[in-house]
Amino acid sequence: MNAVILLIYNAVLNGTPLLFGTVGEVLTQKSGNMNLGVEGMMYMGGAVGLGAAFYYEKMAGAAASGPVAVILALIFAFLAGAVGALIYSFLTISLRANQNVTGLALAIFGTGAGQFIGEYMRTREGGYVAISNALKTAFQSSPFPKALQSVPVVGQLLFSYNIFVYIGFIIAIVMAVFFMRTRKGLNLRAVGESPATADAAGINITRYKYLATVIGGGISAIGGMVYIMTIAGCVWNHEGLAGEGWLAVALVIFCLWNPLNAIWGSTLFGALMILYMRLHLPIPDQLYKILPYIVTAIVLVVVSLRKKRENEPPASLGLAYFREDR
Amino acid sequence: MNARVCARERVTQLDEVHAIELRNITKRFGSVTANDNISLTIDRGRILSLLGENGSGKTSLMNMLSGIYYPDEGEILVGGKPVSIRSPRDAFENGIGMIHQHFKLVDVFTAAENIVLGLEEKGKFDRKAIAAKVREISDRYGFGIDPNKKVYDMSVSEKQTVEIVKVLYRGAEVLILDEPTAVLTPQETGKLFEILRAMRADNKTIVIITHKLNEVMEISDEVAVLRKGRYIGRVKTSETNPAALTEMMVGRAVSLNIDRPVPVDPKPRLKLNGVTVVDHEGVVKLDHISFTAYSGEILGVAGIAGSGQKELLEAIAGLYTIRSGNITYTPEGAKPQELVGKTPMQIRQAGVAMAFVPEDRLGMGLVGDMGMTGNMMLRSWLSGRSIFVNRKGPTELAKQVKERLEVLTPDIEYPVRRLSGGNVQKVLVGREIASAPSVLMSAYAVRGLDINTSYTIYNLMTEQKQKGVAVIFVGEDLDVLLELCDRILVLCGNRVSGIVDARTTTKEEIGLLMTRVGGGREDA
Repeated sequence: MNAVILLIYNAVLNGTPLLFGTVGEVLTQKSGNMNLGVEGMMYMGGAVGLGAAFYYEKMAGAAASGPVAVILALIFAFLAGAVGALIYSFLTISLRANQNVTGLALAIFGTGAGQFIGEYMRTREGGYVAISNALKTAFQSSPFPKALQSVPVVGQLLFSYNIFVYIGFIIAIVMAVFFMRTRKGLNLRAVGESPATADAAGINITRYKYLATVIGGGISAIGGMVYIMTIAGCVWNHEGLAGEGWLAVALVIFCLWNPLNAIWGSTLFGALMILYMRLHLPIPDQLYKILPYIVTAIVLVVVSLRKKRENEPPASLGLAYFREDR
Repeated sequence: MNARVCARERVTQLDEVHAIELRNITKRFGSVTANDNISLTIDRGRILSLLGENGSGKTSLMNMLSGIYYPDEGEILVGGKPVSIRSPRDAFENGIGMIHQHFKLVDVFTAAENIVLGLEEKGKFDRKAIAAKVREISDRYGFGIDPNKKVYDMSVSEKQTVEIVKVLYRGAEVLILDEPTAVLTPQETGKLFEILRAMRADNKTIVIITHKLNEVMEISDEVAVLRKGRYIGRVKTSETNPAALTEMMVGRAVSLNIDRPVPVDPKPRLKLNGVTVVDHEGVVKLDHISFTAYSGEILGVAGIAGSGQKELLEAIAGLYTIRSGNITYTPEGAKPQELVGKTPMQIRQAGVAMAFVPEDRLGMGLVGDMGMTGNMMLRSWLSGRSIFVNRKGPTELAKQVKERLEVLTPDIEYPVRRLSGGNVQKVLVGREIASAPSVLMSAYAVRGLDINTSYTIYNLMTEQKQKGVAVIFVGEDLDVLLELCDRILVLCGNRVSGIVDARTTTKEEIGLLMTRVGGGREDA
């Protein structure tokens, strides 16, 4: 029993960076933009988010407040990703460059930029960038009172996560409501499905695409910050994000472009990622690490067998739109 | 105050006769002048037909009213006031709505979602209220649409209805319809015309872009004619006739009669017996189809869109796996052979050619980014021995097709994707005929083509027939089928509902067969 609860708990924690990465990319892809640069944006978000918290603490000294550090890390991580996505948007939407190539370029650029910022901070600050234990608590412990957390089973399953888990869930739910229940959501989906239709209906394609991609990139980048500040222990290390961004792209397909599916999908992927620590089989760890990808492939097969139109990717995903083209 | 109400007030407060006035409009695409100094007035409460051949600039001109293009020169007046229509939104605000030839609908949305798309009304996004309003419009003009039906579940006619409701919902006073009947059955066309008349009675202004003369005569009050981007003139429908209109449109007199010689020495060429085809989802696409196509005759295939026409041709061409039944093919002076089980390549080499013009024209048969030569090579690549391709033959063929069918292209290497729809079709049909088949199948060969080109293609079909080719002609326009074909096979619900003699049958009889499953009548 305890082992199961512990597995779920750790799965949720490990899935949270993926959740941000995924819902951000879902928003982007719903506008018809296939931004493969999630890994790059998450790197930038991770390095800049850590830097924001670190330099804030350095300036404020002992008076540094945990919540302020968390908010600053969120904002700066978001901005870092948004800048990356803005470059991507300008190239693909305004200049109509190939989305796949641009996305891959952003992945490489963002990874390099993130590494550069991280390493630069590390060497400048004497080989070690980490925030104090007091601030770490703000990033890593539950926002709920101790009494609530210590309720048996329910307490650990529902109330003992760090603040980002709840923020991620809220973003996913809000996004699902936005897509299905609002006019703007309807318009955005139309842009991704059939830009010519949306255009003829008087929707400003460029604005929707830019906003969705930039906000989506920002949300994805928060995932990188969450990874560094929770799983990687608030320290910049050489490994960086270890491919979380690519997993997020796979997860977008896995969750069929539905942010609600991303909640359990990211938890499942989180579980698959830590399985090698919990389940000891005489096989190399690397085999465990390919599990998420195998599951994605299986889901794709199952979904394509069922052939439901609503489960398909946005119809114009990956295509540039030009009104006078024919 | 939302834009829709504004638009309505602006249009109705002025008691102008002219709903829209175009003054000296010019639009160029690169070196091509699509519209050359066109001035045209559109009167309120009337139905105006905009008539012209393919590439004559009808759609470009109307696209400038709907905000898709912006004129290079000239001005547009709505209700007597100069306006600038830079986007589709501007068009709505001026009370102009356009129903495009290729429907602009999101497949995964419901009818109601498509209708309200892009509207920025204040207040809650209330699906029930929207559905109620859609029903109200639907009932007023007799559309009969279900607001909650998904577009991918709809027939072509239903989709068109949604498009019309969409512009009406936005308060359009001027409706522009681009080739609205191209994809409809006679019954659906009749219903559409009733709706258009009801809207005219409601003082709406309607512009129909078309090249079908019988429809022009039936529905419109006035006809404006364009030719090669220029405005030729306008006439009252009651004071003209099809021959005069054709002359205006083409620039010279064109014979509107299709020459139909009696088949000479017809022999069974292709015999289908109980052919049943099931798609990969297990849906029966052809249900015990039996018929015989004779050499030297044109067998027409009629039916509502999606009754199995596409599958029938694909099954014969070997692109579909046949579950049961057989197809016997008897080439000239040779033994009968069974086509079921042969690969598409073998069937083609045996002399069965297919020219299928899909709705998007490029989807099947042509590579959009290649020029005419490249597309001609798609049929000849196997014949070469050397590792390098032989471009000479295809280049010759491309030149011939260009000349013979008057394909308008700057160069035979120019990507076919950039050609206008009619010209794309000419390339496709021309290539298939050039392969000298003994069975020629064509589907929608004249879809969206202008009168002149259509007749060129009809004549090509008749020419093939006289050479002893068995022609299978899947068509949409019943008038044409009745004039061109020797016999007409009617499909309904993926079955043969009847085979009639085209010389004695009537449009009504075929219309009835199209909507009634008569059960596969055997034809020996």
